Amino acid sequence: MDDSEADRPPARRTAEQGPGRHVLGTPWHDARLVDSRRETASARTLRFELPGWPGHLAGQHVDVRLTADDGYTAQRSYSLSAPADGDALELTVQLVPDGEVSPYLVEDIKPGDSIEIRGPLGGWFVWRQTQAEPVLLVGGGSGVAPLMAMLRARARLGATAPFRLVYSARTPADVYYADELRESGNATVLYTRAAPAGSSRPPRRISADDLASLGWPAEQSPTCYVCGPTPFVENVANLLIEAGHDPARVRTERFGPSGG
Amino acid sequence: MTSDYMDGNVLAGPMRDVFAIDITESVAVCAGCGRSGPMAEAHVYGGGPGLVARCPGCDNVLLRYAETPYGRWLDMRGLGVLRLAPATS
Repeated sequence: MDDSEADRPPARRTAEQGPGRHVLGTPWHDARLVDSRRETASARTLRFELPGWPGHLAGQHVDVRLTADDGYTAQRSYSLSAPADGDALELTVQLVPDGEVSPYLVEDIKPGDSIEIRGPLGGWFVWRQTQAEPVLLVGGGSGVAPLMAMLRARARLGATAPFRLVYSARTPADVYYADELRESGNATVLYTRAAPAGSSRPPRRISADDLASLGWPAEQSPTCYVCGPTPFVENVANLLIEAGHDPARVRTERFGPSGG
Repeated sequence: MTSDYMDGNVLAGPMRDVFAIDITESVAVCAGCGRSGPMAEAHVYGGGPGLVARCPGCDNVLLRYAETPYGRWLDMRGLGVLRLAPATS
């Protein structure tokens, strides 16, 4: 959260109190695209402006709804990839070929265009500034997006909780936020299909050894956030629990076959 | 069951239209096996006309929700208990 949330007039809030616990009073709101940037050949970060946005917690998501001229609607959930910043919110969207929503968001939408958004949503897969314990973030593919919001929130808030991000990507060309991660100093990218030249680790699926060398020991009681495709999340969550992590401290968010 | 599921986090939006609270943080007790855990951990299948949330322990159906032109249908018979977060006054 940023401080600007506290400055908002109470009339814009629902009866609930506390950061991230309130949503806008009616479900769907128009959000206008104000900026965008390419992350990879098939992924784009979109920055929207939504007047009256109540702020959000790192890790929360929104539902996006598109309506065609004939009234047909399609709806998808996307993680917020940046912390709260006034009326702005950012999503990073991965193109799903033949999808109903992502091709529009990655290829077609232009600054000034609007979509409908509902949120912020979800109070489980979130990191709060009050958490002082070490944090391990493990992302697979586009699952890095909500973890990036956590990493950025920690930096923006000047929080001291130790963070480590382990990010599994197919190839160097598939890495989101590459420059920012390199500069952050607490992120490691592991590759599953092709590694950069000179890399000592051959491309392969994330392993128990990877998590042991890059994560926190279970004895330090870290909170682990795991996000990615369902098989990735199942694998990593099982490895962490086998390594002694408390299952209640392994929080997961899976990307299923939502149809993009 | 197949591994083609999402998780309970996706229930947050649709259920926000029904409940006054975020049920993904609420603890669900499965009427089938007695397992308890946050709704966010449920396995959610969305291929049909609505959403089906299953217990991650025994695959029992915890909750079904569908939006139709005739109304919104909510079936929670597989959910023994739902423990909500304390009221914030």
